[in-house]
Parts: sequence; structure tokens; C-alpha cells
Amino acid sequence: MLHTFVAYVEDLPGVLTRVASLFRRLNININSLTVGRSERPGQSRLTLVCEASAEAGHRIRASLFKLENVVDVDDIAQAPSVTRELALIKVAASPKNRAQIFDLVEVFRARIVDLTSESLMIEMTGVESKIEGLIEVLREDDGRILEICRSGKMTMRRGHHVSSVLKAMGAVDEAPGNAVPVAVGDVAANEPE
Amino acid sequence: MGTKESTQASNAHLTTPTRLTGAEILWATLVGEGVTDVFGYPGGAILPAYDALRKFPIHHVLVRHEQGAAHMADGYARASGKVGVAIATSGPGATNLVTGIATAMLDSIPMVCITGNVPSKVLGTDAFQEVDITGITLPVTKHNFLVSKTEELAGALRQAFQIAQSGRPGPVLVDITKDAQQGTAIFDFEAAKPQPYRPHPMLRVEEAGLLHAAELIRNAKQPVILAGHGVMESGAMEQVRTLAERAQIPVALTLLGLGGFPASHPLNLGMMGMHGEAWVNHAIQEADLLIACGMRFDDRVTGNLATYATKAKKIHIEVDPAEVNKNVKVDVALVGDLRAVLEDLLPRIPGRDGSAWLKTIDASKGAVAVRDIKNLPDSGHLYAAHVVHDLWRATGGNAVVATDVGQHQMWEAQYFHHDQPRSLVTSGGLGTMGFALPAAIGAKIACPEKEVWVIAGDGGFQMTAAELSTIVQEKIKINIAIINNGYLGMVRQWQEFFYERNYAASGMVSPDFVKLADAHGIPGLTVRTRAEVDDAVQQARKADGPFLLNFMVEKEDSVYPMIPAGNSLHEMIRRPGKNPLVESPED
Ligand SMILES: Cc1ncc(C[n+]2csc(CCOP(=O)(O)OP(=O)(O)O)c2C)c(N)n1
Ligand SMILES: [Mg+2]
Repeated sequence: MLHTFVAYVEDLPGVLTRVASLFRRLNININSLTVGRSERPGQSRLTLVCEASAEAGHRIRASLFKLENVVDVDDIAQAPSVTRELALIKVAASPKNRAQIFDLVEVFRARIVDLTSESLMIEMTGVESKIEGLIEVLREDDGRILEICRSGKMTMRRGHHVSSVLKAMGAVDEAPGNAVPVAVGDVAANEPE
Repeated sequence: MGTKESTQASNAHLTTPTRLTGAEILWATLVGEGVTDVFGYPGGAILPAYDALRKFPIHHVLVRHEQGAAHMADGYARASGKVGVAIATSGPGATNLVTGIATAMLDSIPMVCITGNVPSKVLGTDAFQEVDITGITLPVTKHNFLVSKTEELAGALRQAFQIAQSGRPGPVLVDITKDAQQGTAIFDFEAAKPQPYRPHPMLRVEEAGLLHAAELIRNAKQPVILAGHGVMESGAMEQVRTLAERAQIPVALTLLGLGGFPASHPLNLGMMGMHGEAWVNHAIQEADLLIACGMRFDDRVTGNLATYATKAKKIHIEVDPAEVNKNVKVDVALVGDLRAVLEDLLPRIPGRDGSAWLKTIDASKGAVAVRDIKNLPDSGHLYAAHVVHDLWRATGGNAVVATDVGQHQMWEAQYFHHDQPRSLVTSGGLGTMGFALPAAIGAKIACPEKEVWVIAGDGGFQMTAAELSTIVQEKIKINIAIINNGYLGMVRQWQEFFYERNYAASGMVSPDFVKLADAHGIPGLTVRTRAEVDDAVQQARKADGPFLLNFMVEKEDSVYPMIPAGNSLHEMIRRPGKNPLVESPED
């Protein structure tokens, strides 16, 4: 099954190697890994997605915690959460056939962020399937896609309070029920993306 | 060693912040951490540190190979429970440590390794004798540090000591660039103290789990305690013993657990697993409850997981959450420090009558499993099992024994009965040949008052035999027993059992070990018959200095019983054509 781990790690040289090395050792391929600054000073936040057996989740989380530079680990599993990915896609487009791509971008609620006489760049955020959908349609035209750059998944548990992230991390093991957040008022946020 | 004045000076550094060089900070921090002995080998990138060594009250043992330094630090830690310290230069010095670090990692030994590295401005340029030792050791250390700033050295070192000893112990490496050793900084020992160690966030000992465990123990008809290395690491010898005695539960031990529960105790079953005696493994297979204390269900202990103790409920008391449900699914996991957990659990355990089960086990001892030593053919040859047995008798078991890896190691585990914790120093997880001699040196330096024996094979001894010179230079007394069977015996045994006696590359020519010892100024004797064993052992013990005994044993003997790797615990190979040699009842 697909596992998603969210971890806070110390922002120091070599920390990412330690995390990656753990998965290498377990012979688990990392599907995606995103890292960036977090709300905590001196700590980066990463989202790591990998394919492993259902039982492996516990051991991976426990092993991540054994790394001295890892501060917090959350195994998102089936918990209510929001996952997004960012993609930049450069496609070949001349002034003559641009309009068709503009339409496509509209349908997928993506954006054009760069335009030259031979190509244009699409920026799109969304869930994986939506991005794959756009890429698939663009591929219908052979040779149209010039470059694809995808960020990998970023995941955050649903919930109102920032501090609840902390809480949820401690509470995951005992009572998964506690982690269910208060429903978010904004319907758009709950729509099946 | 430091003079009186410099000792005082170095102690003053610990209380008053002072400007020191990185090299001085290194030693001053070690002194502050209570280190009295280090094992090392100098070279260019660590020379600034060595230049400052004499100013500090630290005894440096000069080894003959850096692997020896790591094993010595490891043996020092195993014998004493203190952190062992090894030190080496960059490049080849550092890579030579790696086997020793991995050995300590697999057996959870607290150790700090210090390496010099090239100046920080040339890091990553393939400078002379540069290797990425923090990269190389990443998967075989609990943690490691690359220190390139003098002012960060004290903090990193203190953290290294903390990490090495906390939670599940392990080796930590601190790599220090040459310029960080040469630069100066204000040394403030107190200020460099790390934050309190963060316990693993997934430690969990809940009331419900304790109640459940107590209930399982109360209701069990055929329980067995499985005691591992964690018993010693956590200092839970008393607690395990109380549990066993109060609830009348027999105790089986892992290789690294030997000594954690007295071998002479009536409830002691002996070693479990691949070379455990038949009744031990039978008891585990027949058990209805296993109480695993500080052990990790290693494959050498469980055999085929699908058929392992299928009738038993399992309670696992373990400090490392990543070990729980890894190999064996358990019914109750009490994830925490063994001693603390048992202290919580014991008040809930009432007295219990275990006599029926103990009688069943006793009966199985008599019927199917007389000790293998009684089945040795009466051919007049010398058998390793007899050597170990006689050595145990001669020392009254009051010795620290460091073994190497192979058949002799298993015979040691079977026939040297350890009553004391930390009296067996052996490489279990990694099974590192060459371990015994340097580990014994470390053990002797940690416990100078103890009688220390090396029991090594002819093969493994040659891997680190150069450390004989270290013994001489250090003027320490270690007795060495080489179990000389002319083979890489354990390999030969596997070839006999599983490769149709195709003894490819397992017969080994060795030097005359007595002459080799003599060349080092160490006296020795070759022993060929059982009748000579006792006298030879006593002669070695009485000698003022080190002594080497070369036991020429039966060449093609095998360790029995044996559970072939991956087989079930009850599918064991027994000594063929039993020809019991009638021995006195104590034998
Ligand atoms: C460094 C290392 N290399 C290889 C092995 C594989 N190995 C395990 S036991 C053994 C034979 C040991 O022979 P010896 O030291 O003579 O001891 P014996 O088994 O004969 O008692 C070997 C080669 C090992 N454990 N460690
Ligand atoms: Mg041999």
C-alpha cells in the first residue's frame, strides 16, 4: 500500500541523506519526497510517499524516530488530509495552435506562466490524478510535451489549529479517532479533487 | 599520562571556561565525560590531537590495527558497561575502524569513535587520505558528526556520549577536521552539555498492557522467559530473576544474554536457538507463553518463523519500538526500559506453582537430550568441548571470556557456564572473526582485577594476531586459548552438512602459535591430550604475564545440536552414532 509520512527534521547538512538512507536500506523505493522550511525555526518539514506493506508503516515510523535529527513523524495513513502536488509543464505551441492549449488549461483550472513563440509553460496544482489527467491529454499530441517538472506530494492533516498537528502526532497511536478534525466550513476544500 | 600539574590544569578547564585548542578540547571533554582509557593509532589528520594528549590524564593504548582499536573499545564497554573510546586518523585509519563499528552497532554497544579528517577547506576534494567517513559509517552508527569548527567540538562530543549510552545503546562517530583541532575556542564544559535525551516517542507501557501481561503470566501453564542482551544493558538482572523465581518460570538465554541470568540457577535452561540444547528449543516450541525480555527474535534464535512457538502467546518487553512485531507478532508489547517495565509488572505477579512444567522439561533433558559433551567418542583425541569445560572448571567460571567467531564460540556458549553478567564478550549480531583478542584487551583494561581469557579459533586468531604486541607493550595479563582444528571449522561444518563435504577453502595452515607467541615474548604451550589440559590451564593462570595455549583438537568435530538456518526449532541435527563416553556426573 501507499504510505505517506510527514516528518519534521533538523535543518542541517546530511539529514536528508539519513532519511533517504533508511529507505534505501529497507529496499523501499521512495515515490516522492518534498522538503522545505516549516513553521518551526530550524526545522524542515518533509512529505515522503512510498510503497510498502501495510505492516511496514509502524516500523518505518519507529525507525525514522531513531534518527537523531528527526523531531516528529506522522504516518498519515487513511487520516483525513489534504494532498497537493505542483507541476510545471512546458509544451510546444506556436501562435497557430496555442488557443487549443488555452482551452485545455481552462478546463483543468491550470495557469499559463510563460509564453514564447515556440512554447508555453503551464503551472498546475492539484491532486496527482488531476495532474496526470492533464499530462495524458497533452500527450495525445505526439511531441508536444517538452519538459515536465513535478514537486512530489505535499500532505497536511485536515484541522483548524496549527497546534493540533503537534497533538495529532502524539495522539495517532492511541486513538486515531481523536485525530478527526472539525469539518472545514469551506466546501471547496472538501471537494473530491 | 599527564603529570600532576597538568591533571589539575585539565580539571580546572572543566569548571572555568578557558580558551583551548580543538585538540585540547577533545581530551578535556573526554576527561569530563569520565574517560580514562582510549584505544587508538595516530596519523596526519589526527596529529594535532595526539600532540595534546600528554597534557591530560588519559591512558592511550597504541593498537596494531585500527580494527583492533574499535574491538578494544567495544570489549571495554561490554566488560564494564562504560562507553568505550577509539581514535584513528583519516582515510585508511578511519576505514579500518568500520568493521569494529558495525560489530558494536549490531550488538548495541555504547562506543564513541573519533577520527581526524582533512582540513575543512579541502573537504570533498579527494585530498590526501580523505574519505567520507561520516557517509561510510552512516548505516553502521547510531549517529555521527562531522565537526569542522572548534567551537562546535565540545558540544558534539558530549552529545555523542549521550547518544551512545541512551535508549538502545550504540556506536557514535565524531569526525574532526584538522583545522578544527588546531583552531582555538572557549571551552565551557557545562555549557556544552546537551539537552536531556529525548526518549523514543513511541515508547509505550500502558496499564492495560501490564494487566494483560500479568494475566497471561498468571494463566500460563507452560511459560518460558527469553532473556537477551537487554537484561544487561538495562541492568535488569535482579528483576528478571525475581520474575522467574516468583512465578517459577524457566529462563532461556540468547547468546548475548548469557550471564544475565546465572547458569547455575535451577530455573536456567541454557542457550536457545541454532546451537541451543534440544530441551531448550523444545521448551520454546511447547510453550504456551513466551516472555521476551530485551531480545529481538533474531533469525539465529527463531529458525523458521512460520513454525516458531506457534502455541505460545507472546509478551515482548523491549526498548526499541522498531523491534516490536518485526520478526514475531506479539500479543502484548511493553515498549520501554526493561528494568522499569519489570518493576511495574512485578507487583502484579503473584507466586505461582510451575512444578508440572518444570518436571516436563526436566524429563525431556534426560530422555532425548543428554548433553552433547557426553556423546564424544572415546578416541583419545582432544575435543574442544572438553577444553572449554575444563577451563570453566579450572577458573570456577570466575573469568571474563572473550571469544572469536565459529565453532569454538558455540562450544564456549554451551560449556562455559556464565553466572555473572558481562563475563562473556562475544560478537553475536555481526559475528566478526578477529574480535576475541582485541576485545579481551579492552576487557582487561576496563577490569584489570579480573581474570581474562581469549578463546579463539586458529582462523580468527590470525585475523588480529598482531595485537599480541599490544598486550606486551601494555604489560597486561591475558590468557589465550587457541582451539586449533586446522580448519575454518564452522565453515567446514556447513560444508559437511549442506555442501556434500566439499571442503573448499576451509582447510587452513597456521603458524606454530607457540613460536608466534614466543616471538612476542609471550610464553606458551601446545596441548594434545585431555590429560594435559588441566596442568596447562593452571600454568597459564599462574604465569605473571600473558600466556598462550595452543589446543590441538579433533579436526572434523561439529557443534551439535544444530538447527539448519531456516529450519524449525524442533528439526535439529544430532551427533550421529551416539557413542556415549561415560563421564563423572559433574562432567
Ligand atoms: C570476518 C569474517 N569473515 C568470515 C566469516 C565467516 N566465518 C564464520 S565462522 C568461520 C570459521 C572460523 O574458523 P576458526 O576461527 O578457525 O574457528 P572454528 O570455527 O574452527 O572454531 C568463518 C570463516 C566471519 N564470521 N567473519
Ligand atoms: Mg578453526
